Amino acid sequence: MSRIPLDPATAPAFPKAAKVSLHDLQLRRNVKHATNVIQTKRQRVVGERPDWQQLREAGRQIREHALAYMDEYLEQFERNCEAAGGHVHWARDAEEARQIVVRLATEAGSREVVKIKSMTTEEIHLNNALEAAGINAIETDLAELIIQLGQDQPSHIVVPALHKSRHEIREIFLREMGLKHLGEEPADLAEAARTYLRKKFLTVQTAISGANFLIAETGSVCIVESEGNGRMCLTLPQTLITIAGIDKVLPRFQDLEVMLQLLPRSATGERMNPYNSIWTGLHENDGPRNFHVVLMDNARTDVLADPEGRQTLYCIRCGACQNACPVYRQTGGHAYGSVYAGPIGAILTPQLQKMEHAQSLPYASSLCGACYEVCPVKINIPEVLIHLRNKVVKQQTRGMGRLNPEAVAMKVLGMIFRSESRFRAAQKFGRAAEKPLVNREGWIGWLPGMLGGWTQARDLHAMPQQTFREWFDAREKKDRGHA
Amino acid sequence: MRGKRKIAAMPERTEARAQILERIRAAKPQAPPSDAAAAWEKIRREYKVAPDLPPAEILHLLEDRLRDYDAQVFHCVPAEIAGAIARALQQRDKQNIVIAAGTPNEWLPPDFHFVEDSNLDAHALDQLDGVLTGATLAIADTGTIVLQNVPGQGRRASTLMPDYHLCVLFASQVLQSVPQAMRMLEQTATLPTTFFSGPSATADIEMTRIKGVHGPRFLDVILVQDIVQVRWMASDDSPPMKSISVSIGSLFPNECCSG
Ligand code: SF4
Repeated sequence: MSRIPLDPATAPAFPKAAKVSLHDLQLRRNVKHATNVIQTKRQRVVGERPDWQQLREAGRQIREHALAYMDEYLEQFERNCEAAGGHVHWARDAEEARQIVVRLATEAGSREVVKIKSMTTEEIHLNNALEAAGINAIETDLAELIIQLGQDQPSHIVVPALHKSRHEIREIFLREMGLKHLGEEPADLAEAARTYLRKKFLTVQTAISGANFLIAETGSVCIVESEGNGRMCLTLPQTLITIAGIDKVLPRFQDLEVMLQLLPRSATGERMNPYNSIWTGLHENDGPRNFHVVLMDNARTDVLADPEGRQTLYCIRCGACQNACPVYRQTGGHAYGSVYAGPIGAILTPQLQKMEHAQSLPYASSLCGACYEVCPVKINIPEVLIHLRNKVVKQQTRGMGRLNPEAVAMKVLGMIFRSESRFRAAQKFGRAAEKPLVNREGWIGWLPGMLGGWTQARDLHAMPQQTFREWFDAREKKDRGHA
Repeated sequence: MRGKRKIAAMPERTEARAQILERIRAAKPQAPPSDAAAAWEKIRREYKVAPDLPPAEILHLLEDRLRDYDAQVFHCVPAEIAGAIARALQQRDKQNIVIAAGTPNEWLPPDFHFVEDSNLDAHALDQLDGVLTGATLAIADTGTIVLQNVPGQGRRASTLMPDYHLCVLFASQVLQSVPQAMRMLEQTATLPTTFFSGPSATADIEMTRIKGVHGPRFLDVILVQDIVQVRWMASDDSPPMKSISVSIGSLFPNECCSG
């Protein structure tokens, strides 16, 4: 049941992938519907909080503070979690994290593990590593189950299967669960998932989860969910392995009072999601007998080291920026070639790839600012996008010095704009030069060389036959002639 | 066995740990001006914490939210809890109910079968019709009830496997805001804690909210009026209604129920 994970290292550049998505009308319909519904719900429940801006500001400050003292807080978390009977492991990168989890699952003697939806495990392609070790990972979140059975990819960080319609889901369930009959209604499909997974929850003895928050002060982990599959995984199996990015740490229990207001309202447009679980290490007769937390870096310290990119780590993975983004709403998530799609993906993915891959993502935005406006922890995503674009340009033109094409182009433009006669001459030249490219409707669909970036995703209107100045001058002359 | 495993994993762990912490120290914003505790105190928290509704309205708000989640709400006074429980169970046609150790005996009506959860395994819990618990507190703003592993509330699995949850909640346990609740929970923060807001649900299929996936699909709440509201009409130019809450326990100590 292995599927090819979204991998920024091998994914095609965004403009190319987006073209494919844009032709899939069903997908665009599904994405538009889902993002509209969440946005409307979000607006309603955010609107009823008169202190929303104060909550956002507190959220931002808490995250900023947590990063400034991240080393202390992680050590404190480790101390408290271990004192309560948990084991803490540290993973420098994805490979190390996979090795630790596979080793722990193997030691637990499980051939099967149940999983709670976790973008961190998607990020490191954990399921494939488990499978290679002969361990079958069963996704238990409804959307993740749809993705897994359909051998598909998540396209949204909160609602990973939002690109699938009920009919498509029904087809997948009929085929993969070996069912003879299955209704069309969402409730029928959810019931099928409940029955299918109930057996697994009652028998599988190892669970793997992500974490929404780690609390340094108490050594507790907090998981926010809707369906109860999380609670099943957290309480029934003997062994629980939680894997969390080092950025997930919060200073104190009290900080949850901010996050638990910001996250559900932003993520699903609910005042509170159906279930939050908070636990601390091991509890006698309640929950697993073995509990492990894997703290993973995987380039997060590289993001931390960049003063302008650092705020990316404030993210609490609510997905609000995805729902608000005009680009995401057209293309859906897969075009981003990463589990982190949309505006957050555009800034997080290239940084997690140490700017070695996914360089096209910082350009997958119109910089309209809608993402910044909805972000519950006030990440200035447009600012980070521009910062990363600069990094990409610097990187691509490294060694060219003053001869790099973009620098030369900017110089030439500056020269032209400074002189009126040069500007007029340039306009005339432009009209002549564009002639072979203009189609009958007066649009340009293709530009050569570097300029092609512009026309890859949009058409360009041909220059007018006459500029305003030319028209004005001609009119003046005509008037004078008549006078 | 466990000890051995830990030692085997040690060298690699220490190295990774040391390296990550070192990288963080090199990468994080330079020289924070004060220690963590002092800096944490300075975080600006200008959002609402204290309640701004009178107690009666807070209860109404909670009820609205619970009904919004399709939960049923029953009312009773402390002396009538058993009767209210019987009514709810009858209406739902539930017979075999799991309870946690420490559930007050006087809550339990005759004619139903209550099973005390003595580490029942998941299969056994799955066979039961429902679960009856008390609660630690509730949050009106969000319609949330909080459970912790204490007498009368019990293990997390027992409120998860049965398809029906009947929860006894006292009016004095109802707070308005999330921050109020978190500050109250702080002292017992390390207990296994579950927040639930309505029955389990999903919106994963075309964003249609479907009630009930893996957790209980049906939830009823018995709201016990253990505070009396004294209201009077004031003169025209002052706020039209004022209310004072008094714990019933302080008025009629013998009638007070443990909760
Ligand atoms: S960047 Fe902000 S809006 Fe986007 S997922 Fe993260 S927290 Fe949510």
